[in-house]
Formats: sequence, C-alpha cells, structure tokens
Amino acid sequence: MKKDIILAGVGGQGILSIAASIGLTAVDAGLFLKQAEVHGMSQRGGDVHSTLRLSDKEIASDLIPIGKADLILSVEPMESLRYLPMLSPDGWLITNTTAIENIPNYPGIDEVMAEIEKIPNHIALDAEEVAIEVGSSRSANMVILGAASPFLDLKVEDLENSIRKLFSRKGEKVVDLNLQAMHAGRKIALDKVS
Amino acid sequence: MTSISRSKLTNKLQFHTQKLLLLGDEAIAQAAIDAGLSGIFAYPGTPSTEITEYVQHSQEASDKNIRSAWSANEKTAMEAALGASYAGKRAMVCMKHVGLNVAADAFVNAGMTGANGGLIVVSADDPSMHSSQNEQDSRFYGKFAMIPTLEPSNQQEAYDMVYYGFELSEKLKTPVLLRITTRLAHSRAGVVRKAELQQNKLHLPTNPKQFILLPAIARKRYKGLIDNQAQFMEASESSGFNKYIDGDDKSLGIIVSGIAYNYLMENYSDRKVPYPVLKITQYPTPLSFIKKLVDACDEILILEEGYPMIEENLKGYLSIGLKVKGRLDGTLPRDGELNPNLVAKALGLEDTRGQDIPDLVVDRPPSLCVGCSHIDAYNALNEALSIYSGGRVFSDIGCYTLGALEPFNAINTCVDMGASITMAKGAADVGLVPAVAVIGDSTFTHSGMTGLLDAVNDNSPITIIIADNSTTGMTGGQKSSATGKIEAICIGLGVEEEHIRVIKPLVKFHEENTNIIKEELNYKGVSVIIPRRECIQTLSKRMRQKARVTPLVE
Ligand SMILES: Cc1ncc(C[n+]2csc(CCOP(=O)(O)OP(=O)(O)O)c2C)c(N)n1
Ligand code: SF4
Repeated sequence: MKKDIILAGVGGQGILSIAASIGLTAVDAGLFLKQAEVHGMSQRGGDVHSTLRLSDKEIASDLIPIGKADLILSVEPMESLRYLPMLSPDGWLITNTTAIENIPNYPGIDEVMAEIEKIPNHIALDAEEVAIEVGSSRSANMVILGAASPFLDLKVEDLENSIRKLFSRKGEKVVDLNLQAMHAGRKIALDKVS
Repeated sequence: MTSISRSKLTNKLQFHTQKLLLLGDEAIAQAAIDAGLSGIFAYPGTPSTEITEYVQHSQEASDKNIRSAWSANEKTAMEAALGASYAGKRAMVCMKHVGLNVAADAFVNAGMTGANGGLIVVSADDPSMHSSQNEQDSRFYGKFAMIPTLEPSNQQEAYDMVYYGFELSEKLKTPVLLRITTRLAHSRAGVVRKAELQQNKLHLPTNPKQFILLPAIARKRYKGLIDNQAQFMEASESSGFNKYIDGDDKSLGIIVSGIAYNYLMENYSDRKVPYPVLKITQYPTPLSFIKKLVDACDEILILEEGYPMIEENLKGYLSIGLKVKGRLDGTLPRDGELNPNLVAKALGLEDTRGQDIPDLVVDRPPSLCVGCSHIDAYNALNEALSIYSGGRVFSDIGCYTLGALEPFNAINTCVDMGASITMAKGAADVGLVPAVAVIGDSTFTHSGMTGLLDAVNDNSPITIIIADNSTTGMTGGQKSSATGKIEAICIGLGVEEEHIRVIKPLVKFHEENTNIIKEELNYKGVSVIIPRRECIQTLSKRMRQKARVTPLVE
C-alpha cells in the first residue's frame, strides 16, 4: 500500500488538521508516514502546501516524486490546479469550490472550474456550504477530508477514531460536528464516484 | 498555523504511538533533551525555529531545568552556548544558515578554543530559498572552522547524530556542527528515542588556558587543531554514519550526502542501487572511502543538497584523470534543492510529470495580514516621502519587508538583518538626504543598535522607523528582546529625546502620523519614529488564550 497526498490551500486555512487526521490514522494502522510542511514566508496569505506519504514499506524521500502523487486535496479551487504536475495520470483531485480571492488578478471562478472539470478523476464540492448544513461553518476541512476518505485506503472507523482523539480536548459537541462534516463529505464523494 | 499549535499537534500525535512522530527540528530537540542538554541558545530563523520552540514547550525540558529563552541574536547565542560548554555542561545553539554569518566570529574561534562540555551548533540551510535571501551551504563553515560536521539524511539519523554529536564533542573536545536543510527540518517521521542521560556536573576545563586565545596561546592551539584533524577523520571513517554500500555495476560510483540519499533510494523501489554508493553524513569527508569508490568505479556521480562542495574537492582545479558528474557539469542543476526526479534524470532513469499547470493559475505571494500595523506605517511613510524623489528607503528583514511588494512599493533595499540603519547612514553620509531606515523591533535589538550608535556619533541625517509590533512576527511570533526597551535604548545611545517620536499606526491617525514623519525627515540629524501596535497574529493568539476559547479547527 502506498498513498502520496498533496494538501493544498492558502496560508491560514489550516490544512494541517487534515494532515493530522490522516497522519494519526496511518500511524495507528501501523503504516509508515512522512509529512512535510512548508513554514515561514508562505504563511502570510500566500499559497501553502503540505505533503503526506503513507506506505506499508519504509519511505525514502520526504518529497513526493513529481508526477506520482495519488491525491491532491485542496481547500481552494485555484490552488488545486497549482500542483497538477505532481499528480499521477490515474490520481484523483479533490477540491473545495469556494475561492479565496485575496489577490487582485484572481482568475474567473468559472474558468477555474472549467479547468478542474477537465481532470479525468476529480471531485469538486462546496465544503463551506456542506459544513454549514451540518451546523459547523468551521468544519469545511473535515468535509474535504471526508470527500477524500474513499481514496485513502484507510478504514473509515479508524479515521473516526483519529478525529475523536484529535478533537476530544474540545468537547463532545466539537467531535460530533467534525464527524458529521467528515461523513457528509464522504457521502458526496461516494455518490459522485458510483 | 502558529508554532505553538504545531507542537501541540506533535504532542497529540505522540500520545498515541510508540515511535514519536517528529519534525526533523523536533527530533533534534528531543535528542538534545535526552542526551543531557543543560541549555539551548538561539535566535529564531526559518527553518531552525522549531528546535528551540520544542524545548521551550517540552514538559520534560522544564522538569529538567533546561534553559531555552531566545537570545538577542545568533552571535550572543553562540557565545552563551560556548560559555555553557566552558562551564562543563552540554549546550546547543541553533540558527538559520545566514545566522551563522552573524555568529561566525564566535563560531570559528570556538573551533580554536575547542569545547569542554559537549557543544553542538545547528545551522539550518534553505536551498531553493523557501524563506531566505540566499542558499549558502553551512558545510563550508564546518570546513572553515576545521571541526567535525554532521549532515543527517533523515529524522531518525538527526536524533541519533545529536546524541552521538555530544559524545563526539566531549571526546574530541571540539564543537560539532550539525547541518540540516529545510526538507528535513520541516518534515515529520517516526523517531525512536534512546536512553535518557543525566546532565553534566559543572566542571571547568582542565587546561586553564584553553579558552584564552592570546596570539601566543592561539598559535599553539591552532597547531593542536591541525593535529586533531587526523582524529576527526578517524571519527568520520569509524562512526558508522558514513557508509560504503557495494554494487555490482562498477561503471558508475555514487557519492551522496545528507538528504540527497533519500532521493537516490526513492528511485529504486527495492532500495537496491546497482552501483556502489558512498553515503556521506559526517565530515571531514572520509577519504579512504572516497579512494575505494574512485578506485573501483569508472565514473563518479555526486549528489549533494547544497553547493557542490565534495564535487569541487574531488575534481580539483583541473579535473584530471577522473570523470566526475554532478552540479558542475550540468548533470544536475547548479542551484536549488534536489528532488527524486532530478536524481532520476542524472541516473538516466525515467522522469515523470503530470499535466502542466493551466495558464490561468496566478502567483499568490505572501502579503501583510489584514489589520497589520506595518500597513498603516507604510501608508504614512509613503505619503510623507511623496515630495521627494524615490529610492531612499533602506529596509530590513521581517514581515515589513513585504512593503517591497504591491500596493506599497515602499522600500528599496533588504540585504541582511540590521543593514537598514547602516545603509541609510552610509547613503546619507555621502549626500542622499533624507534617507530613511525601516527596521522591526526584533531586528533592531538583533543588530540595529550598533548601527544606530554609529549614526548618532556621526550625526548622520537619517530618519529611522522602528516598526514595533512587540514580537518577532516573520518567524511566527516569538518574544522580542526589544519589547519595552526601545526608547530607553535610543536615549542611551544618544538619540535626542525630542527626536524620538512614538506614533500609533492606525487609519484614524494617518494624517497626524504623516506630519510627524514629515517633520523628522526635515531634521538634519538622527530621528527615530516608533510606530507601535501589536502584531494582529500575536494579539489574537493572546486573546484566545485569555478567553480560553480554542478554535474548532486549528
Ligand atoms: C541573521 C538572520 N537571522 C534570522 C533571520 C530570520 N528572520 C527574518 S526576519 C526576523 C525577525 C523579524 O522580526 P521583527 O524585526 O520584529 O519584524 P516583524 O516580522 O515582527 O515585522 C527573523 C528572525 C534572518 N533572516 N537573518
Ligand atoms: S504576522 Fe503580524 S507583523 Fe506579520 S504581517 Fe501579520 S500582523 Fe503583520
């Protein structure tokens, strides 16, 4: 088993909680893990990404080879496209559709969506809207995580457990909302794939 | 995400697993704690910051009374660590690569004094300049100071090498340089800990003159340092960190250093390279291994993360008699970090690449946070300067350097920490008047104060903006040594009190602030303007902690 994942977004969107959920699940399942983050300059509203490598064999490189990523998970639509050279031909792109337009020359969102539609394996969903539907506007990350979950080769119960562990400090309610958000995202992905 | 929540993340992950899941930086910190560290000394700088932060937030470190507060700059940190070593304790000093330039005087001379308690200097290089102004390779400093240098290839090796490095330092009585790069520093992987060691007892050097570098003594010590090279080489060849891995196909031999080893292995799914491989992670470069490889193979490929240091040495000036491939002959790019694909190409293996980035994807450069005090300071400065010709704002390194970008275009230089005041002074001294310096509070106490003294002593006609957001913003909001002290420092250095003007950088005071800056631009001596308002990020972090409200998703 090997999953090479790119997490993409804009500084401040908190992609690391997605990384932590997947990472913890992988480690609990006895897999090897490497997770690389970009810190520093790029945090001030610039583009950010993190990479996750899971495998049942020891992992050599901290960097994912270009053209070999299995998944791009993005919490922002244009950012999902920035990493296309990394994606393997049969990889999946899963992205939020809510744009962060903190630059003056942000392209038209319709054109961005048209580019995403061109990718053979993709799932695009409005994670903010789904999160609000389950009652927690701040859980968009968990919606994206859920949408990615069918592609992770990790048991969904294990993923649930990780979310419980990671958020237990913040109380039952927060855990429940995050679990609901994850399942809502998961359902959308499963419906789209089938 | 802030550094504090990053370490929380680590703690959470640790809790549930045998192996600790640690960033390279954190592995270094944990190893130091386990190896009997008494003090860590550092000035923040990406990608080294998380080493010290990990110690600062570690319960174990606090139980063990390990000192860990930030220093004013890398030189003070280096000297304090040397003092701790003199006193017989194990000490670590951490910095980003350019920090070693600041600490270089102390560092190189520490090679001359040698160590007493174990002393490890960590320098974190940033090839490809993810958040730096250059990609200098710290291994050259190790060679320059003639001390052993360690270059781990992964997180576990980083842990093991710190543990070993203290032992080596005490055994050979020398500081040890640990060189890491961004990808190791900021990548997380499983790490197994070793047994915890006790801290050393205070014990002074047995030779009372060891640390007195008077010329007569220094000459002897330098001869000693030269003699020690044989022992350092012996350590490189026997420690087990440098490895010669044989391969059947002798048409090529590969020398690979540090993290580049992983990129090589990534290209062979069974982790078996057909060629002989020399993995180098400890310097001085193990000569007998190199000789063995060169004797056995027709051609040599060198994979180094950083400058072509081993490659240059192996080629020599004339590159006679030996075919060497690497960064110097175009087999690999001359600059930037390596990756598995570049290594694949160098080996003649298949390179892969997904689809191109669609043209509509535009850059998303970092920018000042909404509500950042620097925005208001720059707006006022720009307006005050609008009556003069351009090109007179000398800036420095920090969040405020983003004033170089749209929409501000407010600054004309950014070179090294502290260079704002001194460059403005030099330009003003030769006639560029008014000249303005823009420097952050942390940068001011890092290396701006001495420049200010020069300006005062020369009565240089400059206007210095010390943008005081009461934190070290750029690197994630560490405590600033300047907080609460700036006016007193300026007065102490001789700036006239009526030319120290504190302003509140807010939109509603824009006009007032602009006028104050205009007044001081007209003054033909040293003025200091202090726009003071807390960084939005540290402010909201403080508020959250105060209200004990934790955000739903970090
Ligand atoms: C010699 C050196 N050490 C450390 C750094 C990393 N670094 C860049 S800016 C900065 C501090 C900036 O703090 P401050 O001057 O208060 O400005 P702010 O970012 O808060 O606006 C640091 C530590 C560096 N670039 N060079
Ligand atoms: S982190 Fe602080 S100093 Fe830096 S841009 Fe944001 S508000 Fe300004």
